[in-house]
Amino acid sequence: MTTAVELSAPGALSHLDALEAEAVHIFREVAGEFERPVILFSGGKDSIVMLHLARKAFWPAQIPFALLHVDTGHNFPEVIEYRDRTVAEHGLRLFVGHVQEFIDNGRLQERPDGTRNPLQTVPLLDAIEKNRFDAVFGGGRRDEEKARAKERVFSLRDEFGQWDPRRQRPELWNLYNGRHRVGEHVRVFPLSNWTELDVWQYIEREEIPLPEIYFSHEREVFQRSGMWLAPGDWGGPKGDEKLERRVVRYRTVGDMSCTGAVESPAATVAEVIAEIAVSRLTERGATRADDKLSEAAMEDRKREGYF
Amino acid sequence: MTSQINGSAEHAEADASVGLLRLATAGSVDDGKSTLVGRLLHDSKSVLSDQLEAVERVSRDRGMEEADLALLTDGLRAEREQGITIDVAYRYFATAKRRFILADTPGHVQYTRNMVTGASTAELAVVLVDARNGVVEQTRRHAAVAALLRVPHVVLAVNKMDLVDYDESVFAAVADEFTAFARELGVPDVTTIPVSALRGDNVVDPSAHMDWYGGPTLLEFLETVETGGQDEHADGRFPVQYVLRPQSDDEFRDYRGYAGQVASGVFRTGDPVVVLPSGAHSTIEGIDRLGTTVDRAQAGESVTIRLSSDVDVSRGDLIAPAEAAPVATQDIEATVCHVADKPLRPGDRVLLKHTTRTVKAIVKEIPYRVDIQSLERQSSPGELHPNDIAHVVLRTAQPLALDPYAAGRRTGSFLLIDEADGSTLTAGMAGPAFVDQGRRGGETDSATERCL
Repeated sequence: MTTAVELSAPGALSHLDALEAEAVHIFREVAGEFERPVILFSGGKDSIVMLHLARKAFWPAQIPFALLHVDTGHNFPEVIEYRDRTVAEHGLRLFVGHVQEFIDNGRLQERPDGTRNPLQTVPLLDAIEKNRFDAVFGGGRRDEEKARAKERVFSLRDEFGQWDPRRQRPELWNLYNGRHRVGEHVRVFPLSNWTELDVWQYIEREEIPLPEIYFSHEREVFQRSGMWLAPGDWGGPKGDEKLERRVVRYRTVGDMSCTGAVESPAATVAEVIAEIAVSRLTERGATRADDKLSEAAMEDRKREGYF
Repeated sequence: MTSQINGSAEHAEADASVGLLRLATAGSVDDGKSTLVGRLLHDSKSVLSDQLEAVERVSRDRGMEEADLALLTDGLRAEREQGITIDVAYRYFATAKRRFILADTPGHVQYTRNMVTGASTAELAVVLVDARNGVVEQTRRHAAVAALLRVPHVVLAVNKMDLVDYDESVFAAVADEFTAFARELGVPDVTTIPVSALRGDNVVDPSAHMDWYGGPTLLEFLETVETGGQDEHADGRFPVQYVLRPQSDDEFRDYRGYAGQVASGVFRTGDPVVVLPSGAHSTIEGIDRLGTTVDRAQAGESVTIRLSSDVDVSRGDLIAPAEAAPVATQDIEATVCHVADKPLRPGDRVLLKHTTRTVKAIVKEIPYRVDIQSLERQSSPGELHPNDIAHVVLRTAQPLALDPYAAGRRTGSFLLIDEADGSTLTAGMAGPAFVDQGRRGGETDSATERCL
């Protein structure tokens, strides 16, 4: 125990303190009401912030949850390295579901465009069922996407892992109803009320380390559907797509085949924040091919059990 | 779109120390709510160009001349197909002074349920009326829901002032009527602002057409209204969520802390406290805020409290000041809003979730239902249907440390839950519906009187 006592001044909480307190409350509710919760951890910034909040929520005890990563097989090596380092550093337990295994045994088929993000749903639901996870923390935020704007903090999934937006439970005050039947599970979104800017400001305030691909670096990329993609085994570049060196960084981190880099000189958290504050594109609009598939692409994936 | 909105450049700045305001909007599309919300989002740079392009594209595909800003919030396929808003949508915007979480509640389907949901976490409600129509039935309903949920600040935005020639007397008549009605319902703070969401008068920038109005614009008011006061000045309430016992081999071997979020008031090291429902007394030995030891914790903060004596405390218990603790009870009278399709009837056995405690309960009686529009009471409704507001009498299996909802929104609220499928049936608020409800409503029969 530290002996120094910090004097705390009266007054309204800052927005980061209010968002942090709300997220911590959500983590503790789940710890109090569920048997086998798990945190979805991809090594992306939102899941990194989730883990940081969980560690603070249960300090000085260990977090009472394991981590789960659905590995598309098309990962940025820097991100996997970050994931494994974090797990070792904090003595955590990590479950990994592999999309590749499902392709190899025929339960999933590679898509013609090589994108594996939509293929994550089956291994995710499989891992949830096999390990009997009853609460699954996701880093989804309501500001990310229209279908997510109507998502609850506690979101019930049926025994097939499906989301029915018309049968959501009204969520009042800070009373979260996590009751579910055997075989059903609840997705929990502690960052529901955070924006991209809040996440970055919190990363800055808490000095949370991130994988280096979030910051400006020189990289070989090629252009496809208006996005800068990185080459890899996943199937790029093809045909007349040309590799060029560009100074880029990533705003989101997902499957390499559908996560685009943005050209950016922002090399520090403060520079990233300054860049986001004047950006005219949402992070998904700028960097995610999978959301451009249709008007309701995210809703359709969510209904089937996606993150 | 561009003809409707001329984005001014008050922007979301990267200042990490601004406060947070949760607000709810009420009003129908006809009142110009989408335009108003769209302007707030757009002028604070919270709608980005890829979102605008998507809205413009879909609007064009449907043959509309102007971009339909409702498409920004209508995210679900069913909503777009039917052209209606089904569910509460949460929107986020910010200025240099404050961040905002806006619960945008639809005006058509499941109206009461959605507005009750949106208002439950709101510190401020914006009610919108068309200046040409003034206070209509729907306006009264909006005000009543805000009063019922005890939203501390209510703003009436009198919209479409451009269509009444920016006439002061039109605004004054609407403002006076609404203010009188809201005060009668017990709304503590009512503010009225004349606006034109379409022209941009008094939404973000001051109007050039209404010299007679000397008050703030809507956004100025949202940026400066006092927040958090209600919870902080109330008695201390700390529902225990989780017991932290690391049992490690290090300096924390004997650590035992009670994790939770302060529901109201302030707790300080050295405060004498009582644990409910057991009634055990102790003193606060220390407060840890997520890894840092602090001398005090206020409403809204998530902290861990350590007690000086070895008392039995577990999830669901309440820590309160020894001199100002609630009385634990098994008999609850409350105002409820029924939210499920399945009806609620006297005799039903349900689960009741109050703060961090869930207990079995039985519905003893439903003495009357309240018409949210006329505020008249209907005795013995028999059963409750979705969107019904009613008075109920409950008996719980274990005692609950419940406050009247008027004294604390967090410790006065509860849910009734279906034991079989886990669905949320009813939202409850302990105590009578409105502050001075005795002056309203027609009935004075004995069944009603008993329940006041």
